Amino acid sequence: MFRNIFNLKSFVPIVVFFIVLLILPPIIPRFYTYIIAVMFVTSLLAMSLNMVLGHGGMFQFHHGAFYGVGAYTFALILTKTTLPMWVGFAAGPIVAALVGLLVGWFCVRLNRLYFGMLQISLGSLIWAIAFRWYSLTSGDDGIHGIPMPSILSSLNCSYYFILIVLAICLVGMYLIFKSPFGTTLQAIRDNPQRCEAVGVNVRRHQLAAIVIATFFAGVAGVLFVVLERSVFPDLLFWVLSLEIFIMCLLGGWFTFLGPMLGAAITVALRTFVGIYTEYWTLILGVILILLIFFLPEGVFGYFIEKFKERGTTDMLEEK
Amino acid sequence: MLRVEAVKKSFDGFLAVNEADLLVEKGEIIAVIGPNGAGKTTLFNLITGQLKPDTGRIIFKDEDIAGVPPYEICKKGISRSFQIVNIFNRLTVFENVQVAMLSHQKKTFNLFSPAKGQVIRETKEILDNVGLSDKASKISGSLSHGDQKVLEMAIALGNRPELLILDEPTAGLSPEETSVTIDMINRLTTDLGLTILFCEHDMELVFSIAHKIMVMQQGKSIIQAPPDQVRDNREVQEAYLGGSA
Repeated sequence: MFRNIFNLKSFVPIVVFFIVLLILPPIIPRFYTYIIAVMFVTSLLAMSLNMVLGHGGMFQFHHGAFYGVGAYTFALILTKTTLPMWVGFAAGPIVAALVGLLVGWFCVRLNRLYFGMLQISLGSLIWAIAFRWYSLTSGDDGIHGIPMPSILSSLNCSYYFILIVLAICLVGMYLIFKSPFGTTLQAIRDNPQRCEAVGVNVRRHQLAAIVIATFFAGVAGVLFVVLERSVFPDLLFWVLSLEIFIMCLLGGWFTFLGPMLGAAITVALRTFVGIYTEYWTLILGVILILLIFFLPEGVFGYFIEKFKERGTTDMLEEK
Repeated sequence: MLRVEAVKKSFDGFLAVNEADLLVEKGEIIAVIGPNGAGKTTLFNLITGQLKPDTGRIIFKDEDIAGVPPYEICKKGISRSFQIVNIFNRLTVFENVQVAMLSHQKKTFNLFSPAKGQVIRETKEILDNVGLSDKASKISGSLSHGDQKVLEMAIALGNRPELLILDEPTAGLSPEETSVTIDMINRLTTDLGLTILFCEHDMELVFSIAHKIMVMQQGKSIIQAPPDQVRDNREVQEAYLGGSA
């Protein structure tokens, strides 16, 4: 099954990269371990959004809501119930996917921009619930100091846990990306009308994509709690949704790994430029403007394009 | 096989299709002609479900398909190409046809087995048939207009239709490309036993390959008859062919 879609040329660098990530924590300062872990969580979130945005062509403007739902579900099960830990791990993504199903069921009835508008309103509704339902969610105080099992007690342990879950999710997402469903989804992105004409029930496929993407957003939410041990309403606020939307554009929304790069760049900017000025978004804004003009395919998309060009000229020379 | 009866469709009070009738028998090549704005494309959109008729019946294989969504109609055995190139721009030529094939074989919800191993043979066969196999791995958006028109038809073939509807298959093509397309249409009916319904402005093409011609004017169907009868019909000459015929 795997031989068909993972070629050796791209497999080797990925494995090397993975091994580097495995051996990093003991040798780099704690702070950097933490930042890389934040990048992992954010990458998973951005890539889950890109399943519907870049591959599915749907303007999921409020993807952060499902991330928050996953995080809150996990946090609430750990703090308010006596259910075993694994129930929380499973429930986070599943509840996020169910909310995704509900929101998506309404949204897929609309097109393009209207889809996005309804997304924002329904997502904001979820935010309002988390913000206002004080007795359950502690409102804007959030929930802090969520207990973790001893196996995830240290930062390095959570780092490895997050890395492994991320790797599993990425493999899953890549399989879906390369599956007949993934191809169909990209066809819907390119031309929904034509897709209907070749017998594809467009809405049903879009809804399925939303459910899958919100599931992975829920996984990212759970990982956030594992790392931070707290949840707060900002996780569901539209500003965060906009930020991950930008990550997808920045990295390259038509590529598979692009959003990961976009997430890493954004987190790095926030962390390292954020030290000097709280207006780090200003830098992000300038980068975004340059991007629109010079790299419309995103950073990763640009490199792929370059690589392809070189590849074809190499082939020509061989001939 | 397909029977359109007294179909009407209006847009904001403008009657685009007004009491149109059409009969397509199995194995025939039927052409629909008429001046610009006569309602040919609207009629096709009504048949393939992109639009819902206001009144009238569209019977395909003894079943009324008026108002059925396009993806259902496609599954019943009607597939179509579009007048303005309507392809999946960012996908490769191969994937363009593959999507139609996957949909035909109900594999689009297959989540975990790589698409690279699916319906390869069938897709290649279609690309061979239309002569696009050497461009299979190209991104379809980068093809020439002529190749995109051919791909347009190849996608429609991916659904293994019984009735193929072509909306101006040669619009914007060079004379050479047009003659290749004509050959292809003829071959499709003889080799694959397809029934073809098409509309076209190129009269030479229409009169050379159509078994029967239906003439539309201002949303009405005037006549449906073999080419020589259409040529001799006074009403058609006045309405459409002017004095030239």
